[in-house]
Amino acid sequence: MSGARLELAGVGKNFRGLRAVHDVSFSVPAGAIHALIGPNGAGKTTIFNMIAGVYVPDAGAVTLDGRKISGLRPDRVCDAGVGRTFQIVKPFKGLSVLENVTVGALHQHRDLGEAREVATSLLAQLGLDDRRHQLAENLTLPDRKRLEVARALATEPKLLLLDEVMAGLRPTEIDVMVAFLRDLNARTGLTILLIEHVMRAVMALAREVVVVSYGEKIAEGTPQEISRHQAVLDVYLGEQEAS
Amino acid sequence: MKLVRRLTDGVPSRALWGLGILVLALLVAPFMLGKYGLSVLILILYFAFVGQAWNIMMGFAGQLSLGHALYAGLGGYVAAGLFFHYGIGPWVGVFAAVAAAAAAGAIVGYLGFRFSLAGVYFALLTIAFSEFTRLAFDHWEWAGGSGGLFLKVDSTVDVWNLRGGPVLFYYLILALAVGAFILCRALLESRLGRYWLAIREDAEAAQAVGVPVLRCKMIAIVISAGLTALAGVWNAFYYNNLFPETAFAMGRSIEITLAPIIGGLGTLFGPVVGAVVLTGLGEVFTDASEYFHIPGMKQIFYGLALLVIVIYRPAGVWPWLADRLGIGERRP
Repeated sequence: MSGARLELAGVGKNFRGLRAVHDVSFSVPAGAIHALIGPNGAGKTTIFNMIAGVYVPDAGAVTLDGRKISGLRPDRVCDAGVGRTFQIVKPFKGLSVLENVTVGALHQHRDLGEAREVATSLLAQLGLDDRRHQLAENLTLPDRKRLEVARALATEPKLLLLDEVMAGLRPTEIDVMVAFLRDLNARTGLTILLIEHVMRAVMALAREVVVVSYGEKIAEGTPQEISRHQAVLDVYLGEQEAS
Repeated sequence: MKLVRRLTDGVPSRALWGLGILVLALLVAPFMLGKYGLSVLILILYFAFVGQAWNIMMGFAGQLSLGHALYAGLGGYVAAGLFFHYGIGPWVGVFAAVAAAAAAGAIVGYLGFRFSLAGVYFALLTIAFSEFTRLAFDHWEWAGGSGGLFLKVDSTVDVWNLRGGPVLFYYLILALAVGAFILCRALLESRLGRYWLAIREDAEAAQAVGVPVLRCKMIAIVISAGLTALAGVWNAFYYNNLFPETAFAMGRSIEITLAPIIGGLGTLFGPVVGAVVLTGLGEVFTDASEYFHIPGMKQIFYGLALLVIVIYRPAGVWPWLADRLGIGERRP
């Protein structure tokens, strides 16, 4: 498992005339961790959905290691090496935690027993192994977030898209997740793009940050640069300070 | 041997013993039971088999079909028609029957799944296809039109042409029911089976982990339709007559869904248990209404009994019963 380079070039999406995302370009080098931030409704999840194949961009293209993936079906995008989590978690509720992750592992391992072994080891890494025989619907929200990550990783992606996986976690749990992702990235060179409101996690993980507001990219840079960027302070961090 | 090990992996040994004893008992049943007992057992096995076939779509892949009479009817008509008109025996005709039903399933499935009809809307599509096939057969002379298609009844036993008494049909439906049970177990314990369960639980999340949702749903409906066609062929040669009004009836479709719903959707043994419960109740209430001379009593009590079961055992009778027996087959 190693990382792939993600590139968005002039990507745009309208919903019935409503401009959700307009002319967004950025890239994430192979093996890097970048963050995508912005106020609610800025278009972050729409951008994710265009990368993951849920939406076809109206303009521009998404490429992974130079290969165009925009316009492919979500399962084809997964084949191309993209794993994703959902902001509103989507566990297979009626299946056990282990079976949830096993479905992901079946993507690379046809054999059910083999897939279960891969899943078991991932659950151990994410601290879910003691719950593996529970039904996913009985998990708490933080555990469901962890399950999302485990299931996405089970497909052995080259690019991992994390949509607000820290939301709802306690500070100590955030630190554990941050440490896990950082270690995973260092160990495997997996490329990670995360949407995150928890600045503690963004600052600790991201090499670079892309800021979107009203569907457009307004800034890009290291976390330090971004935290001093006037436009960003206006639309995003300004709100944080006020609250 | 490897296959056997894979299929029995994780199954408690008492469950395997139970299954073995059950199959043995069913094998010797015709020698123990009278004519009436055998006819009830035939009915149970028929519903267990079609229930198993329907369960692949609803219980495994989560796609509600209320038009399975289409596949049973088509299967029956194709095999019976080939036999009636051209003397082509059912052992050959069955291939055409299964192919016709699988093709019908593929058409219904493609229209429904390609255009993302979900839940009740998909169910409506399945009803529509079944209904207008019924109307078409009403007017199709080759198939006997609304007057029906009749196979010649004779008392000679001819296995090659499926002519014979209840015992022949008993062993056939037993083989089908056992075969479907093993097939479903194998499917469930495969990558495809897990993909179906994932689609049933959340199709979008399944697709995000690389599940080709459309293809998996298509395979489910084609297998389900093909198996149901086998039941249709069996049915046609057992009863020797086919009418569009019954073969493609809405009631026939509903009947197919009941055993797995009552027994436990998505479980392997649910359709079997459901078939036993339903057929048992049906026979008891028929006898009772004859005894008390109250016409219609059967339907009322049958309906009430189903209501009670659905209210108190919403997950089906089998998961609860399995827990009691310490076997514990859950809906995976």
